[in-house]
Amino acid sequence: MSNEVVLLDFWASMFGMRIRIALAEKGVKYEHREEDLRNKSDLLLKMNPIHKKIPVLIHNGKPVCESLIIVEYIDEVWKDKCPLLPSDPYQRAQARFWADFVDKKVYEVFKGVWLMWAKKGEEHEAAKKEFFEIFKILEGELGDKPYFGGETFGFVDISFITFYSWFHAYETFGKFSIEAECPKIIAWVKRCMQKESVAKTLPDQKKILEYAVQLRKRFGLE
Amino acid sequence: MAKSDVKVLGAWPSPFVMRPRIALNLKSVDYEFLQETFGSKSQLLLQSNPVHKKIPVLIHGDKPVCESLIIVQYIDEVWTSGPSILPSDPYERAIERFWAAFVDDKLFPSLRLMRGAEGEEKKAVVEQLTESLVLLDEAFEKCSKGKPFFGGDGIGYIDIALGSILGWLRVTEKISRVKLLDEAKTPRLVKWADRFCADGAVKDVMPETDKLIEFNKMLMAKMKGAPPNQ
Repeated sequence: MSNEVVLLDFWASMFGMRIRIALAEKGVKYEHREEDLRNKSDLLLKMNPIHKKIPVLIHNGKPVCESLIIVEYIDEVWKDKCPLLPSDPYQRAQARFWADFVDKKVYEVFKGVWLMWAKKGEEHEAAKKEFFEIFKILEGELGDKPYFGGETFGFVDISFITFYSWFHAYETFGKFSIEAECPKIIAWVKRCMQKESVAKTLPDQKKILEYAVQLRKRFGLE
Repeated sequence: MAKSDVKVLGAWPSPFVMRPRIALNLKSVDYEFLQETFGSKSQLLLQSNPVHKKIPVLIHGDKPVCESLIIVQYIDEVWTSGPSILPSDPYERAIERFWAAFVDDKLFPSLRLMRGAEGEEKKAVVEQLTESLVLLDEAFEKCSKGKPFFGGDGIGYIDIALGSILGWLRVTEKISRVKLLDEAKTPRLVKWADRFCADGAVKDVMPETDKLIEFNKMLMAKMKGAPPNQ
């Protein structure tokens, strides 16, 4: 049976990075196609007509969209190696809950800081407070475990670690230090970065900062 | 399993709370329905869902599960002797998850925006809602493959995700005097909606439109700060 796997992606997308990590963990060979988000390919528009967004995984010609849905799909298809979700239904529900939390809350506070970068004083402080509230909740959930998944790197770790590539950009513009407020998160980050799948996937933080600066200029936020 | 082993914390008007109740009904699992008092949150809720403090929460034994669609998947994975809610094929599962996420990300927020919307704003939201429903109507064709539900012969994941919105959809149609489910634009969904609401797992759990309208009046009055109508 042919196993053609294509990933439509964008190098700076934390959502796309999740897929690359998952595929690397499973040892799946795939074709990586970089999209220009200002000039989306016909293939992307055909494969994800509803949202027109990356990432899209195309497996034997059939598209799967939405990053966490794609990661679960990868886990179910390539099930003989490196399970990303636990096998116990209650643990699986917990994993899905926290990945959903990352999607809803971490992304939201990232956006909050992005918009607040240009603002000063009270609004800046408010955005910073919200940001760290969410990070502290995650730190609480991590506790003393090496990974969110427990002893092994898994679904929640994949969903959150990709945001690390943007930490430096946010710290620069938000004028705060994540390590100072949430040392356990940074310790967890360093642990994850020792994994080849993560280290090889996450782009250089300085490149992300450069890109973020460009984006801000483009949107007139500078 | 003893009835008190499974509890659902919720409230009868909530579409999200309907979802785990339908799932449990499909699996023929007895449960205790603990209703929250409107306007306040019980200790049990705050303990069971400290992160979001929201309903529904499923409490199985003494373990809480939160977020309606996550609860539905949990129910499907625990009670495997009942009919399956999600299919077994990974690709089909991904498609079902996609459309359920679409309902939550696009339909529900648009429906909320209808509340109090007028003029141009109302027109724009109605257009958005109709567009989303047309897409779901087309998805029904592909997913059902000629059978009565998205899930095939029986109610499945998308049916539960989308069907739970029907009560409030009908309230919006009445209050805002718009047609959202339309024989011309979404013919398949119109027929599907009737089948869904008549299903044994759904009919006792789907609130009546009139009751929801009354509830909505009270909600609006509270939001405006006026005393609720008697």
